[in-house]
Amino acid sequence: MIMLKKLISVRETLLLGVVVSLALLIATRFPGFIAPGNLANVFNDTSPLIILALGQMIVIVARCIDLSVAANLALTGMIVAMLNTMMPGLPVVVTLTIAVAIGAFLGAINGIFVWKLEIPPIVVTLGTMTIFRGVIFLISDGKWVNAHEMSESFTSFPRMELLGLPALSWIAVLVAIAIWLLVTRTPMGRSFYAAGGNPHAAVYTGIDVGKTQFFAFVISGALAGLTGYLWVARYAVAYVDIAGGFELEVVAACVIGGISIAGGIGTVAGAILGALFLGVIKNALPVINVSPFWQLAISGAAIVVAVTLNARANKTKGRVILKNAEHAQ
Amino acid sequence: MSITAREIPDRLTSSTSKVLRSWELLLLGVAVGIFVLNSLSSPYFLDPWSLSDATFNFTEKALIAFAMALLVISGEIDLSVASIIALVSTAMGAALQLGVGTTELVLIGLTVGLLCGAFNAVLVTVMGLPSIVVTIGTMSLFRGISYIVLGDQAFRGYPADFSFFGQGYVFWVISFEFALFVAFAIFYAVLLHRTNFGRSIFAIGNNPTAALFSGIRVQRVKFILFLLTGLMSGFAAICLTSRLGSTRPSIGIGMELEVVTMVVLGGVNILGGSGSIPGVVIAAFVMGLVTFGLGLLNVPGIVMSIFIGLLLIGVIALPRLVQQLSQRLK
Repeated sequence: MIMLKKLISVRETLLLGVVVSLALLIATRFPGFIAPGNLANVFNDTSPLIILALGQMIVIVARCIDLSVAANLALTGMIVAMLNTMMPGLPVVVTLTIAVAIGAFLGAINGIFVWKLEIPPIVVTLGTMTIFRGVIFLISDGKWVNAHEMSESFTSFPRMELLGLPALSWIAVLVAIAIWLLVTRTPMGRSFYAAGGNPHAAVYTGIDVGKTQFFAFVISGALAGLTGYLWVARYAVAYVDIAGGFELEVVAACVIGGISIAGGIGTVAGAILGALFLGVIKNALPVINVSPFWQLAISGAAIVVAVTLNARANKTKGRVILKNAEHAQ
Repeated sequence: MSITAREIPDRLTSSTSKVLRSWELLLLGVAVGIFVLNSLSSPYFLDPWSLSDATFNFTEKALIAFAMALLVISGEIDLSVASIIALVSTAMGAALQLGVGTTELVLIGLTVGLLCGAFNAVLVTVMGLPSIVVTIGTMSLFRGISYIVLGDQAFRGYPADFSFFGQGYVFWVISFEFALFVAFAIFYAVLLHRTNFGRSIFAIGNNPTAALFSGIRVQRVKFILFLLTGLMSGFAAICLTSRLGSTRPSIGIGMELEVVTMVVLGGVNILGGSGSIPGVVIAAFVMGLVTFGLGLLNVPGIVMSIFIGLLLIGVIALPRLVQQLSQRLK
C-alpha cells in the first residue's frame, strides 16, 4: 500500500515537473510569462476548469462519466442571470446558494437514472447534455442576457480581490481543499474509490454502489452549478452556447491528471495539475504567437499521450505489487 | 453502472431474438405513430419529394451508425466520428486546391477516413487503451487538425459532378444518399447476422475472454471494426461535403452524439453483446421523421435536440422501469 501511494505521488510529481518545465520553457523566450502577476492570471483563468475537473474526478473515480457538466453550467448560469435581471437586489450569497442547488438538482437527475434504473452513465449524460441545452433555449427564448441587464454586485463578485487573488481563484482553492478532505478523510469519499475500484467487492463491504454514484453526480452537478454562476458573472453574458464542448476539456484534464477512466484511481492533485497543464497551454499560445486554432489539436494530442503513459504506469504497478507480496511471504 | 451479473441463457438465439423482435416491433410502432402524426399535423408531409427530403436528415448519420452498431456490440465505442468527417472534408478541400478531380477526391476522402480509423484502432487494440478515452482524445485531435489547416476559412468550389453524392438522384425521388443507405444497411445486416465474423462480434461483446479462448482473434476483429467505422465516416463526409458544397472546420460538429443515440435507440446494448441492424435502420427512420416533422411545425433545431435527448433516455429507461414495477408487483 505504501508502495502504491509512492507510485501515485511519483506520477503527480512527474506531471508537476511537466507543467513547471512547460512554463519555464515559455519563460526562456518570454520572461513575463512566469511573473507572479501573470501566473495568478493563468490560475484564475483555469479556475473554472479546475473546479469542474475536481467534480468530474469523483464521478470518474466512481466508475462513471458526466458529459453534461458544461450544459449544466450553461443552464444554471442562464437561470441565475435571469433571476438577477428580475431581482437585481439579491445578495451574492443567495445567488451562489441557488446556483449550487440548481446544479446539484441537475446532477441528481443524472444520478437517479444511474442509481435507480442502472442506465449506463454515458447514455444518461449524453441525453441530459442535449436536454439541458434545449431547456436553456426554451427558458431564454434564445435571447442573450447581457452585461447591462446584470446588477453590479452580480458581475463584480468573481473579480473581488482578497490577498491579491480574485474570488474566483479563492473559490477554486476552497473547492480543492473541500474535495481533498472529502475523498481522503470521510467514509463517503473512500466509498467512491471502493465503488469504482471493484463494485462487487464494494457491495460485500456494505457500500451501496448505486447510491455512491448518485452522490458523485450530485457533487459534480453542484460544482457545475457553482461554476455556472461564476462563468456568467465573469464574462457578464449568458446565452445558449456558453461553455460549448467544455465537458471534453474537463474529461481531458482528468485523463491528463492520471485519473483512470476504469474507475478507482485518481487524486485531487492530479485533477488540478491536469487542468493547469491545459490552462498553461491555452494561455501560452497567444504569448508565443501560435494561432489559438492549435489549441484543440494540442489538447487532443495531450489526451492521447497521457492515456498511453498512464496505461504503461498501471501495467508496471501491477507487477510490482505482486513481487512485494511474494517477498512478504 | 450496472453491477448485476448478466444472465446468460443456455440458448442464446431463442430468448435474445425474442427480446430483440419485440424491441424492433415497439420501435416500428413508434415510427408508424410519428409518421401518422406528421401526416395529420402538416399537409406538406405526405408528398414524395418532401419525404425524399426527409431522408437527408438521417442517411449520413445512419451510414456511420451501421459500423458504430457493430463496434458498440463488440464492447467498444468511437466518439471521434464527427471529427473524422471534419478531417476527411478538410483533406478533400486541401486536395481540391491542388486541382484534383472528383474520383481522386473520393479516393482521398475514403483513405483519410480509413487512416483515422486505423489510428484509433492501433491505440485501442495494439496499445490496449480504453476506447472512450482514446476517441475523446482523437475527437479533439482530428478536428483540431482541421482548425489548424482552415482556421476561420472555408474550402469552396467543389467540381459540379462532385455534388452528385449529396444532391443527386438515382431514380425519381430516390437520392444517391438513400440508395447508399439501403445498400449499406443490407451489407451490414448480412455481415452482422449472417457471417462468422458477425457472430464473433456478439461473442466478443458478451465475454471477450471467453471469445479469445474459443479461438476468436478479438483484437483483430476490433481493429477491423474501427477501420470500418473510419471508412463509413469517410463515406458520410463525402456525402455531407457534397451536399453542403463547402468545408468548414466545424462541419458535422456534435454528430457523434446523434450517431450514438441512433445506435442505442436501435436497441444496441451500450455495454455490448446485443443489437441488430434492422433496429438501427428503424431508429434512423424514427429520428429522421421526428426531426423532419418538428421542422415542418417550425420547431427550432435546439428544441428538437430535447426530443432526441428524451428519446435516448426514455427508450432505455421505460423498459427497465416497467420491469422494475412488474417485479415489485409480484
